[in-house]
Amino acid sequence: MRGLKEAKKVYDWLEMRVGFEKPVKEAALHPVPKNTASWWYVFGSAAFTLLMLQVFTGILLALVYVPSAGQAWQSLNFLNHNLTMGWFIRAVHGWGSNFMVAIVLIHMAQVFLFGAYKYPRELTWMVGVLLLLLTLGMAFTGQVMRFDQDAYWGLGIGAMITSRLPFIGGQLVHLLLGGPIIGGATLSHFFALHVFVIPAALLGLAGLHVWMVLRLGINEWPMPGRAVKRETYVEEYHKLTHEDGVPFVPVALWKDIVFSSGIILAVLVCAAIFGPQGPTGVPNPTYIHTDPKPDFFFLWIYTSLAFLPPWMETPLLIIGPPIVILGLLGFPLLASEGEKSWYRRPVAVLVVMILAVAWGALTDLGTYTPWSPHMDAWSADIIAPKQVKALSPLERQGAIVFQDKQCRNCHQVDGHGGMRGPALDDVATTMTYDQLIRQVLQGGGNMPAYGKNLSPAEVDALVDYLETLHKAGQKPAVDEANQWTDQAAKAAPAPPVPLVGTAGNAMTEQQLQAQTQMSVPMQAPQKAQVATAAKAKAQHPAAMKMAPGA
Amino acid sequence: MRDNVTEESNMQSEHTGNVEHPQEQAGGMTKAEISRRWLLMKIGIAFNGIVGLALAVPIVGYIVSPMKKDAKYKSWVSLGGIEKYPVGTTRLATYVNPWQSPTDGQTDDIACWVRRTGQQQFTVFAINCAHLGCPVRWFPQSKLFMCPCHGGVYYADGSVAAGPPERGLFKYKHQIVNGELKIFAGQMPTLSNTAKLVTTIGPCKGDSPCAG
Repeated sequence: MRGLKEAKKVYDWLEMRVGFEKPVKEAALHPVPKNTASWWYVFGSAAFTLLMLQVFTGILLALVYVPSAGQAWQSLNFLNHNLTMGWFIRAVHGWGSNFMVAIVLIHMAQVFLFGAYKYPRELTWMVGVLLLLLTLGMAFTGQVMRFDQDAYWGLGIGAMITSRLPFIGGQLVHLLLGGPIIGGATLSHFFALHVFVIPAALLGLAGLHVWMVLRLGINEWPMPGRAVKRETYVEEYHKLTHEDGVPFVPVALWKDIVFSSGIILAVLVCAAIFGPQGPTGVPNPTYIHTDPKPDFFFLWIYTSLAFLPPWMETPLLIIGPPIVILGLLGFPLLASEGEKSWYRRPVAVLVVMILAVAWGALTDLGTYTPWSPHMDAWSADIIAPKQVKALSPLERQGAIVFQDKQCRNCHQVDGHGGMRGPALDDVATTMTYDQLIRQVLQGGGNMPAYGKNLSPAEVDALVDYLETLHKAGQKPAVDEANQWTDQAAKAAPAPPVPLVGTAGNAMTEQQLQAQTQMSVPMQAPQKAQVATAAKAKAQHPAAMKMAPGA
Repeated sequence: MRDNVTEESNMQSEHTGNVEHPQEQAGGMTKAEISRRWLLMKIGIAFNGIVGLALAVPIVGYIVSPMKKDAKYKSWVSLGGIEKYPVGTTRLATYVNPWQSPTDGQTDDIACWVRRTGQQQFTVFAINCAHLGCPVRWFPQSKLFMCPCHGGVYYADGSVAAGPPERGLFKYKHQIVNGELKIFAGQMPTLSNTAKLVTTIGPCKGDSPCAG
């Protein structure tokens, strides 16, 4: 009892000097609309809690981390392996970052769907957009802090994108990298951004964001038909909070607290189970056997850059981001009044759904990068012995060519290999012998031309092997004209040349025989012509000449 | 002159809300004195401006100091004797970047591809893909460069074979001095400094102009 009295005395002494009691009480007990004490309203506070976690764990990492291109990688490994719980702090910071980006995005989607950006909370939304950009900035610069091969080449990608800006691109690259090339200055530049500049802005703006939420009141639960009008909104909101309101503490806050601790627990569990991310290989640019990839939240950009048509890339990279950012910042000014309820805003719901699905699909593709050649498929993924068992020597030679010339890096066979080009498991049924030769020699459809890189003998063998790639029971595709000439060369008497076949479908052997029997005997010179044509097909000298640059 | 001062102080008192404090006026302050206060304030602001400028100029100079002309960063670097590169091969070469800082660590070691087509004929390609700068790998069997990032593929001469790159591989300026192969290097090759974007993407086979 005496202790309590002493404590009260200390409190009073402090309170007299700082005077926090009144504003804190006001903020805590301010009435909020009853149905906003909902599990849907917990994401903002969770994002803020994660920010605090990041600041705290970041400081802990800075105790050991060395922002030097020569030592950062070593200091991270020291943290991972030599310091008590160093790995865990790294893991918490890394997973905290993933969770923070996710929660910020969920918070944004929720606020958008609840129409919370409308009058008078337009500026709160705009500050929120800046907070999102800063959060992503933290995620990117954080990836650079993990100064490994991914970080090194990721910086290269950043520099290459920046360099596409007209006029100032080159100089901006110098500014970004702190010099002409990725080096010591680059890492310390990004360290300053990650540790001083962006966090300061993030904390300041987050404070402003929360301040505005307190000042303007939490967005009421949207009801269909209750449209926002500039003239009447403030009065209506006041009525809502004072007639049907509940005090923020404890009615709404307990859910925030529970959710926030749940999220922190989830971060800890992920950190304990999955551990810290990287660092991967040493950031030595001469180790070129690397497969750089951005962190999870930037995979969608990585994917987009693989799928955009080349001519569209530079304009989109330059014009796209400013348009998106200005659009996000500006749209609450254009739609500050009207319905808040998602029941009356189908377009808004559709937009969120489309963005979510697109983001998910692009990210999913980014996890296995079907557009990248599998650099070691040609030497790592072997053709199963059972597949070549029944093949002729020439076809087996073709299988070797297929493997040795890195065809496998882009083409799957039997479920192994790259996915840049189509899988070739039944290529023989979709392309004829001649088409295969043309495709190999001239390339096209995003395939290099191999005319200069393969000898005629190798092409022969390769295409003979490709001809064996079809399902059991399916016959290889045959060019109709060739089918006729082949049969004609074998059969005597041969059918008259030229022949008119049924379009599209190859003739069956019976049809062919029937037609052969009906036809008149062929003259000797004609026969010779047909035989030459068949031979030419096999040796394809004409096709070789067609090859570019051959 | 006197009139001017009075007029000015009147205006100022209106602007700055002094009218809201009638007690100050009532306290015997003359308009001339108010004007003197504001003059001091103005002097203070001007002084701050000058000091601020004196602070800002070196700061801006410091921040933008990496923004130099490309040529300032580049110099001739040796890739070793030409006998290291047999005729008809394409080999990986490494050099130490001529522009360095004490904390660069291993990032100063830069790789490039040297292709030798004749006794004196060399082409030196940057390691960076012309799409987004990832390191391309040479496959001597199929005579192709492949990029692991977005599937950019180039022929032996550096021209685009497939994938998203808009131009061929970047090439270093090179010369042979006393049997040594030297390249003009020092800066990360990007689309803005090496050869710009090539607008015509036509058929890029062989040593066509679109190979950059």
